[in-house]
Amino acid sequence: MTNDILVFAEQRNDKLHPAALQIVTPAKELAARTGGKVVACLIGGALNAAVEAIDKTGVGAIVTVSAPALANYSALRYRTALAAVIGKVQPRVVLLPATFMGRDLGPRVAAKVGAALATDVVALSINAEGTLDITRPVYNGKASCHVGFPKDRPAVASVRPNTFPAATGGGGATREALAYTPAPGDDRIDVKEVAKAGGEVKDVTEADIIVSGGRALKSEENFKIVYELAKELDAAVGASRAACDAGYQPHSRQVGLTGKTVTPRLYIACGISGAIQHLAGMRGSKVIVAINSDKEAPIFKLADYGIVGDLFKVLPAMTAEVRRLKG
Amino acid sequence: MKVLVVVRQVPDSTTNIKIQAGGQDIERAGVKMVVNPFDEFAIEQAVQLKEKRKDVASVTALIVGPATAAEALRIALAVGADDGIHLQDEAFDRLDELQTAALIATVVRGGGYDLILIGKQEIDLDSGQLGPALAELLDIPHVGTTVKLEFAADGKSFVARRRIEGAEEVVQVSLPALVTADKGLCEMRYPSLPNLMKAKKKPVKVFKAADVAGFAAAVANLGGVKMHAFQPPPERPPGKMIPGEPEPAAKELARLLREEAKVI
Ligand SMILES: Cc1cc2nc3c(=O)[nH]c(=O)nc-3n(C[C@H](O)[C@H](O)[C@H](O)COP(=O)(O)OP(=O)(O)OC[C@H]3O[C@@H](n4cnc5c(N)ncnc54)[C@H](O)[C@@H]3O)c2cc1C
Ligand SMILES: Nc1ncnc2c1ncn2[C@@H]1O[C@H](COP(=O)(O)O)[C@@H](O)[C@H]1O
Repeated sequence: MTNDILVFAEQRNDKLHPAALQIVTPAKELAARTGGKVVACLIGGALNAAVEAIDKTGVGAIVTVSAPALANYSALRYRTALAAVIGKVQPRVVLLPATFMGRDLGPRVAAKVGAALATDVVALSINAEGTLDITRPVYNGKASCHVGFPKDRPAVASVRPNTFPAATGGGGATREALAYTPAPGDDRIDVKEVAKAGGEVKDVTEADIIVSGGRALKSEENFKIVYELAKELDAAVGASRAACDAGYQPHSRQVGLTGKTVTPRLYIACGISGAIQHLAGMRGSKVIVAINSDKEAPIFKLADYGIVGDLFKVLPAMTAEVRRLKG
Repeated sequence: MKVLVVVRQVPDSTTNIKIQAGGQDIERAGVKMVVNPFDEFAIEQAVQLKEKRKDVASVTALIVGPATAAEALRIALAVGADDGIHLQDEAFDRLDELQTAALIATVVRGGGYDLILIGKQEIDLDSGQLGPALAELLDIPHVGTTVKLEFAADGKSFVARRRIEGAEEVVQVSLPALVTADKGLCEMRYPSLPNLMKAKKKPVKVFKAADVAGFAAAVANLGGVKMHAFQPPPERPPGKMIPGEPEPAAKELARLLREEAKVI
């Protein structure tokens, strides 16, 4: 193993996932401790804009694996490509974003190269023995714990999006292109199509701000007022399970234990009671706002700002005020 | 087609988590254990396949865990699995998720399973490593966070829809393969009391570490992370309640979010 830190810079269609820029931040801190450099790895079809974008974060080296067969994510092809990069770089630590891709690829690659792995990490450090030590939430955010890694094998960690600021400052990283050499059977997964879900509105896992609606909205039609505020804030629309099960919103928008886990800068819960399973998906949000007619609703225990009132009156007033403030 | 469902037992999602003095683990005593909700979707999918397709020969449910985990296995059997495998040994309790995948791979390799179904992650440790790692160790393809599964008529491949950010990937995969279930795949039916009784009579094989040839070697070269120093989540400072009529309150909220919290 070298002292280098490898960062899997996730991209789709030559566009970096925002979390790819964020995970360079802890990678640089780790590299400062190990005395190695940060190496970014990009895997995909045509890679140009994504490479330039990652070079602006101050990584020391960039390794690309580009091939038409890698244009879409495939667990098999990407694990072959990433394992090849790991074989070449021999990093002490590999970081991936804890996105759908990173969480899918991390365990596969770790098993392939004989590494150890922690998922959805929120803090990282190198301990006195030179190995990785991380912190991660467990039990749906009702606790957190430290995870220590064994000394003798690479450490892989997927890092929770929006935990670190995007890295900046750099340019002129060394660049190297590795060829993709398919492993036997890599073609057993064939991506037919990537179909947009939930309309043209941003997905909850991509947004900085989320406006979420619960059972109190009472119909799909009524969700219009949630969408109006979301549009004004450039936010995504989320929903509780009760709202999704009732058919007001598709399940792709469900936030919570069996929905998506989100960590936005601002989460506005409208007519959501704050059941423990809903909190499981959003308690990592930076600022939480609750609007609920019941002053005893458990969501208020978590909220930074709360309004006890009828969301059908509060939301439109808020939309108008945000519009006015933004001028 | 032989189907395997991997099931885990986790604390009920409403459990009040208390941390042991010293922080080495959470308090386990008195915690209500349930089938991992994501594994429920996998169980139901397996049973529905068996009900709908003539070419599904059997559904086997597998669990790794202490004696009490037999209860989760029994639910899978009551819902419709034909038989069970219970990997039960104190040595297994110390494995991390990658090593658990290696253990399961050692047991099921050569078992002739064409389709392995498992929840996308467990709701206690939330690591979601088991499915993809197990597929890698068995050298079969996998589809993660699957919300829809449609088999080809010949039963040799399927098209899966997998959830990603704001979109769904539509992937075709040839068998044998592993699928991790997300919400939307299907809801598990409630196991009836008579079926829970009948499940007691279904065959369950129990394996100890000594029964798993190659166990030590399989777990020696990967994983091995150690969890320690459990802590409650950081306290959030008390929130600010904004009084008054809806309209002025909404205005004040917008102002606070802009000027105080600086998030909009
Ligand atoms: C295994 C399991 C997994 C689960 N996973 C999830 C999950 O992923 N996500 C999730 O959200 N839930 C999940 N749940 C369900 C969860 O327990 C709750 O049932 C659900 O979150 C409730 O949704 P809600 O808050 O919209 O509805 P309710 O609890 O019915 O709350 C509605 C709220 O709206 C308020 N209200 C009503 N009218 C108005 C109004 N006009 N103005 C303002 N406020 C109003 C009410 O006071 C109330 O607090 C799960 C449950 C289980 C058992
Ligand atoms: N108009 C309303 N104002 C305040 N709370 C409501 C209103 N309608 C329903 N609720 C609450 O919302 C939750 C779900 O309502 P329902 O879906 O109508 O059963 C319950 O907690 C109700 O008390």
